[in-house]
Amino acid sequence: MTDPAIAANGLRKSYGDKVVLDGVDLSVPEGTVFSLLGPNGAGKTTAVKILSTLVSPDPASGEIRVGGHDLAAEPQAIRAKIGVTGQFSAVDGLITGEENMLLMAALHHLPKRDGLRVAAELLERFDLVDAAKKPASTYSGGMKRRLDIAMTLVGDPRIIFLDEPTTGLDPRSRHTMWQIIRELVTGGVTVFLTTQYLEEADQLADRIAVLNDGRIAAQGTAEELKRLIPGGHVRIRFSDPTAYRNAASALREVTRDEEALALQIPSDGTQRDLRSILDRLHSAGVEADELTVHTPDLDDVFFALTGGTAAVPDQPKEIVG
Amino acid sequence: MSSLALAVRDSSTMLRRNLLHARRYPSLTLNLLLTPIMLLLLFVYIFGDVMSGGIGGGDRSAYIAYLVPGLLLMTVGSTVIGAAVSVATDMNEGIIARFRTMAIHRGSVIIGHVIGSVLQSIASVVLVGAVAVAIGFRATNATALEWLAAFGLLTLFALALTWVAVGMGMASPNAEAAANSAQPLILLPLISSAFVPVDSMPGWFRPIAEYQPFTPAIETLRGLLLGTGIGHNGWLALAWCLGLAALGYFWSAAKFNRDPK
Repeated sequence: MTDPAIAANGLRKSYGDKVVLDGVDLSVPEGTVFSLLGPNGAGKTTAVKILSTLVSPDPASGEIRVGGHDLAAEPQAIRAKIGVTGQFSAVDGLITGEENMLLMAALHHLPKRDGLRVAAELLERFDLVDAAKKPASTYSGGMKRRLDIAMTLVGDPRIIFLDEPTTGLDPRSRHTMWQIIRELVTGGVTVFLTTQYLEEADQLADRIAVLNDGRIAAQGTAEELKRLIPGGHVRIRFSDPTAYRNAASALREVTRDEEALALQIPSDGTQRDLRSILDRLHSAGVEADELTVHTPDLDDVFFALTGGTAAVPDQPKEIVG
Repeated sequence: MSSLALAVRDSSTMLRRNLLHARRYPSLTLNLLLTPIMLLLLFVYIFGDVMSGGIGGGDRSAYIAYLVPGLLLMTVGSTVIGAAVSVATDMNEGIIARFRTMAIHRGSVIIGHVIGSVLQSIASVVLVGAVAVAIGFRATNATALEWLAAFGLLTLFALALTWVAVGMGMASPNAEAAANSAQPLILLPLISSAFVPVDSMPGWFRPIAEYQPFTPAIETLRGLLLGTGIGHNGWLALAWCLGLAALGYFWSAAKFNRDPK
């Protein structure tokens, strides 16, 4: 196997007393999607800024290589291989979308004719032809992101950094962006993606690292991460407090939620397991008002790892009854 | 590509970008031109008779001749405020992060701003100069060499003030702050020999007026265009220009090379 596209050892960065990255190790094989997942303030953007040569890491960091080049020694060689789309739109709002594209072509030293062709192709591919002659400041959020990525692709970069590419986009634009990212990977490009959406990492990434407080809390494929935490559970809700109490004593190993009159029972979600729960309820003469089965998803992993269990309510994945 | 060829190529791309901005949004430059033109008309048509009496001249045309060199340099001071504003705007936009992560000549974005601002200054000086000629300014006794020197002085002065303005733009958190911090560039001419001779100012104030950057440049330009005595002002003007350019350059470079937040 060749060198990884991105390899960082002991990546550290502090701003004054505040430690943002506290020894992060990463390795991203060529042609794969790597997702750095974490809550706001975890250090995702700082990691992207360092790996894309925008800011320098602390001297205490270990070796960092991007595209086979040492970050400290050859930043310009790295810049020739990467494309970066930051969290905040990196388009020139005062000029048109097409002029933005031609600016990029000129800075990549493409001959004029090639620049025009590449700009036209990318505007077409990102559905920006109608808006090409309008100032970029008039674009909607989704259009700006598309233009931003189109500009990043002008130099045909082999490694692309996308810092929260879908934050603030509506669902349709988000799906368009996912489609774009999938197409990039098909072309053999390595994508380094940060996101705070677990679904996004699950959908796109070959490997996911969960960043929390400047450290990697866990790393692996989506499946591997899901296996890190115990299985799912069944949640049963009642409207009658008496039924709720009877059910709680009939079933063992329950977690009570007095306020919602709901019980949580660990379960692998199989038919046998469900039947046994229903049988016990039946023999106790209790009728549940609602029963939902929760399989573990990245949300569970995420909250288990970042200690934010109470922050977001559970999303039922499957509803029975 | 050699690093010089890269610098030239990328800087000219950035210059084209800045000139495109200026062409798309001429209001910033035109607003900045308004002050010198208004002052020119005000001092000639409203205060002109008193002022020409004050400098011992016979009629209003004597004062026009006195006033115009100072106003041309004030035009430079005013136009470069635009550079401070557009640099501050750029530094606050995501596009600068994009430029910094591309394999381009690092300073090209700044060089583009500097050359763009000098070109705009020259254009503004030509415009204000045309207004001056239209209301009666004449420099018919100046030789071709003196014209050339006058042009060179204006360009050098524009370059020096531009670098200072770029530094101000870099140091400012946003465009409004940049416009405010660059105000001295348009206020300094008011306390120079642009409007009244330094001799007519209170004694304690004269050294300030005489040795601030604008007065030597104004006296030199006056000498070149109208044949008044230049004396040591030529060297002083040159020293100020080189000093300010160097100061602004190193200030800007230090700000630009720091890690962005």
